[in-house]
Amino acid sequence: MQAKPAILKVLDVVSVLLLAAAAYLALVFAPTEAVMGQVQRVFYFHIGTAWTALMGFIVAGAAGIIYLAKRDEKWDIVEVAAVEISLVFFLITIVLGSIWARPVWNTWWTWDPRLTTAAVTELIYIAYFMLRQGIEDPNRRARFGAVYTIVGAISAPITFFAIRLFRTIHPVVIGASDSSAQGTFAMTGDMKVAFFFALFAFTVIFIDLLWNRILMGRLASRVEQLKLNLTS
Amino acid sequence: MFFQEAPPDTSAYMIAGYVIFFIISAIYLLSLVIRRRNLEADLKTLEAMQAESRPASARAAPASARKQVRKKVTRRK
Repeated sequence: MQAKPAILKVLDVVSVLLLAAAAYLALVFAPTEAVMGQVQRVFYFHIGTAWTALMGFIVAGAAGIIYLAKRDEKWDIVEVAAVEISLVFFLITIVLGSIWARPVWNTWWTWDPRLTTAAVTELIYIAYFMLRQGIEDPNRRARFGAVYTIVGAISAPITFFAIRLFRTIHPVVIGASDSSAQGTFAMTGDMKVAFFFALFAFTVIFIDLLWNRILMGRLASRVEQLKLNLTS
Repeated sequence: MFFQEAPPDTSAYMIAGYVIFFIISAIYLLSLVIRRRNLEADLKTLEAMQAESRPASARAAPASARKQVRKKVTRRK
């Protein structure tokens, strides 16, 4: 059985502390936005979780390419781990965005380019796990999964750039918003501190979760191998 | 100054947002812990099963080897 490395245990604790600090900065330290009020504070974790999801989708795509080149199972494990974490964090991003939208846009959901591409991306990666569930042969499953994540990874930058490429209601915080955007605001110095700290905290949390999930993936792979040995 | 409005009270949405964030994160972390625990239990069971099946095959091998040795001995006679 694999013991958890000491450095990972330290990273677990650091991640929890960073999350607590990010929550403090977002909920207490950052000033209240003049037009939207308290709900604007959701923005810090909305962007943080979106950033985590984007990193995961890119890591998964890269792991897919390396797997196809090397045919080494460890890259398949990295790919699955990254997709799973991204799926969870992107779900949180969508839910937080919807909660923010209710008082600001007066609706929970609208079929805007950014929201639509985000929903499509989430569905693409849900389908990834459905695809994997349907294939028994581990090598075939890994090969199909790798191709799928490479194609799927295209959806992540499309979602990211949707608010910069299309006419949209969704605001752009860094850069110029479209004239039809609603809920745009300029960040003050303290808001920027909370924002960039949240990005940093979520980056560390992503690394910690990815490492933990990779260890679990290795364990799952060993169990599967033993099952195959015993049944054959 | 007289016409300046206070920001709307959207605290309930903010609280809902952070509560949902922590609930989904906690569920995911719990699922990681449970799945890891189940995999460790599976691994223990499978390793025990493999260890049980090994002595049987190990016993079979010396028996066949013993027969071959016996054949060689009779041929020499």
